[in-house]
Amino acid sequence: MSESTGGIEMEEDMSGTVKKFAFINRKAPYGTIYALESLEVVLISAAFDQDVSLVFADDGVYQLKKGQATKAVGMKNFSPTYRALEGYDIEKLYVEKESMEARGLTADDLIVDVEVLDAAEMAALLEEQDVVLSF
Amino acid sequence: MGFEINGKTYETDEEGYLVNLAEWDEEAAKFLAIEEKVEMTDQHWEVINFLREYYNDYQIAPAVRVLTKAIGKKLGPEKGNSKYLYELFPYGPAKQACKIAGLPKPTGCI
Repeated sequence: MSESTGGIEMEEDMSGTVKKFAFINRKAPYGTIYALESLEVVLISAAFDQDVSLVFADDGVYQLKKGQATKAVGMKNFSPTYRALEGYDIEKLYVEKESMEARGLTADDLIVDVEVLDAAEMAALLEEQDVVLSF
Repeated sequence: MGFEINGKTYETDEEGYLVNLAEWDEEAAKFLAIEEKVEMTDQHWEVINFLREYYNDYQIAPAVRVLTKAIGKKLGPEKGNSKYLYELFPYGPAKQACKIAGLPKPTGCI
């Protein structure tokens, strides 16, 4: 890397310890900026080669819903970007079973492959993390 | 800020990236390439077209590591490596190629 555009210098091999990061997404994709901001932080975090998990619960499960039509709300449909996560080596996506059921959703309604965990399994997953960031 | 070619105006941000992706066309790409001191060849266009396709699919400009890997997958390992891409775009494939392709600056570009 010969050039940096910001004030931060990144070395290829500055990694030391790999930490377990979980990003929890609880809000609907549009109406607030949380979902999009979370996604951007996740994409940037990929540069640091950490162990990243994404969790979707409550209205956050709507972020992954197929067929988002955003023209009427005047926002860009950024849901296709979740499909790019695999290319960034972010492949651990979890949705909460209870949140899905309460909204009549199944894994087939989502644009990416996910693992469905119930609340107890989700709690166990979060217990294992070093860092939990909530959006 | 912006530039004009044959009566068509293109708006750019303070770093020279196109503001409106939909305004992009080959003429704009050629202009932006000259600004970046890149002489466009078929190999350059291949990367530019790949980037536009990637953006169309995923709505983001890929980080350079991701771009390199994705190009390797699609166009073969002899092209999916940083040496090849830096030869085409010496000041950073993600930055320069994205600009010429009319894409925003890559997310995760530090």
